[in-house]
Amino acid sequence: MANNKNSTRSTSDSSTAPRFSRRALLKQAGVASAVALGSSAPLANAASDHTPPTGNSIPVREAFETLTAAESETLDAMVDRILPSDANGPGAREARAVHFIDRALAGYLSSQRTTYALGLLAIDTAAQTQHGKAFHLLAPAQQDALLQAVANNEIDGFASTGAAFFSLVRNHTIDGTFSDPYYGGNRDYIGWDMLGYPGVRMGASPADVRDEETIAPSHQSAYDLPPFTKQPVGGA
Amino acid sequence: MAEQLQKTDVVVIGLGAVGGVAVLPLVSAGLRVVGLEAGSWLSTRDFAPDELRNNSRDWPQSVQKANQEVPTSRANESETATQGSGHPMMNAVGGTSLHYWAQSWRLSPWDFKVVSETTRRYGAARLPADSTVEDWPFALEELEPFYDKVEYALGVSGIAGNVQGRLNSNGNIFEGARAREYPMPPLRSSGFTDMMSDAARRLGWHPFQGPAAINSQLYGNRPGCLYHGFCDRGGCHVSAKSSTAVTTIPEAMKSGLLDVVTHARVMKIVTDSNGRVSGVEYRRGNDTLFQPADVVLLASHTYENSRILLLSTSGDFPNGLANNAGQVGRHYFSHHQGAPVTALFPHNLHNWYGLPAQGVAIDDWADDNFDHGDVDFIGGGNLWVHTNRRPMSAARMSTFGRAPSWGSEWKAFIMQNADRSNSSYIQKTTLPYESNYLDLDPTVKDRLGIPVIRITAEYKENELKIAAFTQDKMEQWFREAGAVEILRSGLGRAMGPSTHAYGGTRMGDNARSNVVDRHGFAHEVPNLGVLGASVMGTSGARNPTLTAQALAWRTAEHLAQNWQRIAGA
Ligand SMILES: Cc1cc2nc3c(=O)[nH]c(=O)nc-3n(C[C@H](O)[C@H](O)[C@H](O)COP(=O)(O)OP(=O)(O)OC[C@H]3O[C@@H](n4cnc5c(N)ncnc54)[C@H](O)[C@@H]3O)c2cc1C
Repeated sequence: MANNKNSTRSTSDSSTAPRFSRRALLKQAGVASAVALGSSAPLANAASDHTPPTGNSIPVREAFETLTAAESETLDAMVDRILPSDANGPGAREARAVHFIDRALAGYLSSQRTTYALGLLAIDTAAQTQHGKAFHLLAPAQQDALLQAVANNEIDGFASTGAAFFSLVRNHTIDGTFSDPYYGGNRDYIGWDMLGYPGVRMGASPADVRDEETIAPSHQSAYDLPPFTKQPVGGA
Repeated sequence: MAEQLQKTDVVVIGLGAVGGVAVLPLVSAGLRVVGLEAGSWLSTRDFAPDELRNNSRDWPQSVQKANQEVPTSRANESETATQGSGHPMMNAVGGTSLHYWAQSWRLSPWDFKVVSETTRRYGAARLPADSTVEDWPFALEELEPFYDKVEYALGVSGIAGNVQGRLNSNGNIFEGARAREYPMPPLRSSGFTDMMSDAARRLGWHPFQGPAAINSQLYGNRPGCLYHGFCDRGGCHVSAKSSTAVTTIPEAMKSGLLDVVTHARVMKIVTDSNGRVSGVEYRRGNDTLFQPADVVLLASHTYENSRILLLSTSGDFPNGLANNAGQVGRHYFSHHQGAPVTALFPHNLHNWYGLPAQGVAIDDWADDNFDHGDVDFIGGGNLWVHTNRRPMSAARMSTFGRAPSWGSEWKAFIMQNADRSNSSYIQKTTLPYESNYLDLDPTVKDRLGIPVIRITAEYKENELKIAAFTQDKMEQWFREAGAVEILRSGLGRAMGPSTHAYGGTRMGDNARSNVVDRHGFAHEVPNLGVLGASVMGTSGARNPTLTAQALAWRTAEHLAQNWQRIAGA
């Protein structure tokens, strides 16, 4: 039975269009504003400007904790090429993966701060050498070609290798886009919506695991849930 | 000098999955128990559904002890052992039972008789020549009452396949007879698990929902599972997971006889001039304390069990406590949990709100449940598919060669397929071998300057053949269920640190090849007991914890019933 139902669905699921039904999204709108109002989690407040992310720039300006201005520009362009904003919707840039990485580098990932400094410098230097421009000013195709060269170990100057740095940034781009917004990324639940993940909640009913139409995205952080609300750890 | 504390009847070192169970029968018999636990208490407020913290960073182990003493490992003696970066065991009251998957298996009858049954059915030549495997000193029937006690004391959900010889094909028909049903029905099925069960039946196999130490319904005062999807390496936010921190430990504390000492890191077990244990030395902050006791039960998990014994040297035991026969650290093995098979389906599986213990098992290819006449190995594997998905790991899914690993095409791929893949979990028989063992690393030390454990171990031919064989079966099962892509991961050879680590203090009647006797007490030190999978001589094809807990209950009961003799009181 489940089999049949699943295979019928496979046709309607085969596009990459947003996975939530209209009904689910409408239901969700009410939930999201209630959460934003009631939330005491500092980050939910910081992100409660619900202007739909558009274009290529970061919608909210905010100081970086450790990245320099130049580093943040290079990194922002890099995460945008790894998980781009495109016809399928917003990507890592809009999810503010760079802010996630910045905060992590000031805290949990501080041992990798130098790796980032050297890696971003190497990429920017290669852009200047090859095109006479900063990396973030290159055309997307030029950026892609340069990143591929990094991944192929064709460029020097990294703490270990270009491939290792590329894979590190790819990993942190994923973390920053798909982790709980509490950590500074996944702005407006862009990452979770992208995957069709209906969000953290205290529990799920049997129907929730058989028919996705019944479940609206929760659009809340784990730390919006009353038992876990607490002050963020410094630098997280 | 160590501050001398008041004497107690029994000290239990480590209040995890196993030590946390043993304390209950001890206090029930009226014994006074001091539980020394390196970690602290955690509460449901510590168990947020947070994938980054639980699954990617090192979780709130309040004392990051396990991570500071990760064993080094090497495949064999020709290599230099190297140290990895972390180990996911928990340091807290309840130990790793706080955040484990909670699959709660009994071993099968064959696991207790690998040598005699293999010899009887296929001839002694079928046993790998360099394996040190022995039959257990007793059969499953001896352990059954203790499995039963633990299942009811903790709360385990499942469906019996064999109650007193009556088979139920909704359960595991290959299991040994049990006295009664599980205390609770299994965790609920899902669209995905039903689909996999149907496929297995079409193949003529025997699918069943596996047992879990997680409430499927209200049990005592703890609620049933809410299926929020963060059970894997997460503590339970509503205490539906039957960790010892919310079951046997608080139950034992009600007696007033259990004193739980947190942040107590045991350094050494101390012996007297008669070669008997007199107590343990531990550090708490900057203090060093000595806790005298009539009996010591060591329950600090496999690596630390061997490590503490090897570090507890004395005049009578120059090579480590209970190690005059040179058996501490021997017969080490870990479950071959690697070599998974991953499938891609052409439709969503709705697995966002599942858990690793909610799944379907196939035991048709485990243990000696099938005729090995045509194959050249012994044992087998348990095939397990389960519902467990979270966004960060979903985004890291394999692209099955269908998309690059970054850029717009990759994004389109994960958007379409995040909820369409499934990775099986196949636990396989692993045997002990002469050349696989634990000892103290000659150079690598923890932050206190104490040598860490060194693992010298590799999977041998028997394990690699089982891995290839079970991968074939798993692929067949996924394909029958409609998978459109299959990925088989490498078999691996080096046996690094594992959460399913066995041996080092093996149990057996022969004092020359085993550290503890059939009741769990050291052959060389009558008032020292060892608890945990470190006493197990075979792995079976399923997670160790319930067996280690049943053995611990049995050792504790044996101690209570033979108190005068063992305690020498
Ligand atoms: C993510 C994960 C999932 C798992 N899933 C399953 C599963 O589904 N089913 C299953 O059967 N098993 C599972 N396991 C394995 C299971 O957790 C272990 O088998 C079990 O916890 C072992 O019990 P233990 O008491 O020996 O060790 P632990 O539960 O780890 O307890 C040991 C305790 O001793 C304490 N300790 C250590 N050293 C000292 C010292 N020197 N002084 C004082 N205290 C000390 C520790 O702090 C800890 O609290 C899983 C493990 C992990 C990590």
